[in-house]
Amino acid sequence: MAQHIVTSFDEDLKELNSAIGAMGGYAEELFGNAITALLHSDPDMAQEVISKDRIVDAMQRDIEERAVLLIARRQPVAQDLRETMAAIRISGDLERVADLGKNIARRTIAMESTAFRQTLMVGVEHLAQLGLQQMKQVLDAYALRDTAAAAEVWKNDSEIDAVYTSLFRELLTYMMEDPRNISRCIHLLFCAKNIERIGDHATNIAETVHYMVTGQQIEEERASSTRV
Amino acid sequence: MNAPMVGQGQKQKVAVRDLKFFYGDTLALKSISLPLYDRKVTAFIGPSGCGKSTLLRVLNRMYDLYPKQRAEGEVLLDGENILAPGQDLNLLRAKVGMVFQKPTPFPMSIYDNIAFGIRLYEKVSRSELDGRVEAALTRAALWGEVKDKLNSSGLSLSGGQQQRLCIARTIAVEPEVMLLDEPASALDPISTSRIEELIDELKSDYTIAIVTHNMQQAARVSQYTAFMYLGELVEFDETSRIFTMPSDKRTQDYITGRFG
Repeated sequence: MAQHIVTSFDEDLKELNSAIGAMGGYAEELFGNAITALLHSDPDMAQEVISKDRIVDAMQRDIEERAVLLIARRQPVAQDLRETMAAIRISGDLERVADLGKNIARRTIAMESTAFRQTLMVGVEHLAQLGLQQMKQVLDAYALRDTAAAAEVWKNDSEIDAVYTSLFRELLTYMMEDPRNISRCIHLLFCAKNIERIGDHATNIAETVHYMVTGQQIEEERASSTRV
Repeated sequence: MNAPMVGQGQKQKVAVRDLKFFYGDTLALKSISLPLYDRKVTAFIGPSGCGKSTLLRVLNRMYDLYPKQRAEGEVLLDGENILAPGQDLNLLRAKVGMVFQKPTPFPMSIYDNIAFGIRLYEKVSRSELDGRVEAALTRAALWGEVKDKLNSSGLSLSGGQQQRLCIARTIAVEPEVMLLDEPASALDPISTSRIEELIDELKSDYTIAIVTHNMQQAARVSQYTAFMYLGELVEFDETSRIFTMPSDKRTQDYITGRFG
């Protein structure tokens, strides 16, 4: 896209853009660390995730302030307006992603031991990998303004939902087998739910990227996924 | 050009068809076609020299005052071609009123500024004239400010008041279409807001075309926007679309401040 006649307008938009990039990278890292802490029963690492969530919150406030100031000073329209709105929305989604990572870290600490049956942990790990991959892809799609990649993320969410549903059923079985499992299983179930929610935020971001680039909503109906 | 598809089902008060305009040998408007919808505000935007004021001047044949300027094509007002040779220009200008960038009150009293136009077109009694003057000033949101000094000169008013006086003068002869050529560009923000509020009010009775360099103003006051560039109509669409997702790259570049 051509440069603005007022170059400082371009700089404002560029800074907003890189602030989202930085925040996305940070939120993604926190989520990844929360998963590592969960899979390895590492309370120290979990604690670190919890304390770093504040940094993501501050990043969101910074992005919102920048966007508000840009609207006030530049009155962006068309593509510029959509980019500004996208920054506000995406920063909101990323803040939630970091929050959900923090929730997982809290449960990791509460669970003390996360030694579950191997198949179950493999399931959680698989779910987390899908979530991380979705986050990574959607942030790349944002950076490259790549609507095809965004649409891909949007479609892939149903896979996360399917894995989550099967994990849910498995956990339910363990709880029925032996009520002493219930407490730990519930914690793990919430962790899985948090990962699934992170996937939803990745889809939100994908929708925002599509709107930002094209000015239109993703219209295609996604195969309805099972919600629990 | 997407003009015919936009605003389907709306009544076209004015239909510009294949309009070409010449200043001597220079082609200033290259085959413009677009509608002005009844009781809607249509904004014309575009960089200086793009032809938007020229187009406005064609709509009431203002150009007729100048030699060597001519228009080709059709401008239909309620289906009647106003470019046709037999057109009564006085009647046309009563139906299609115009307000200019700089306020142009006549050097006479506030009352007479309004009464002048009415007397020109109609024979009315003094009491009816009083009523018409008050109604026009009220409609132009000026009555409260001038009702106690109707005999003062129109030139004694502030710029914003003078512009509203000119709008009142236009309204007084009960036109059907109002052409506003940058009506607020010489005014302070408060007077500008008053004019914009007035445009909002007036559109319930009139079909309005406004030329403005202030993009936010076009976005605020109009329902339809035409973007012109180098004598061409680049894009005509609902204002809500033009300012969120214009379809032509040149429109996008212009409204986002990338060239112009």
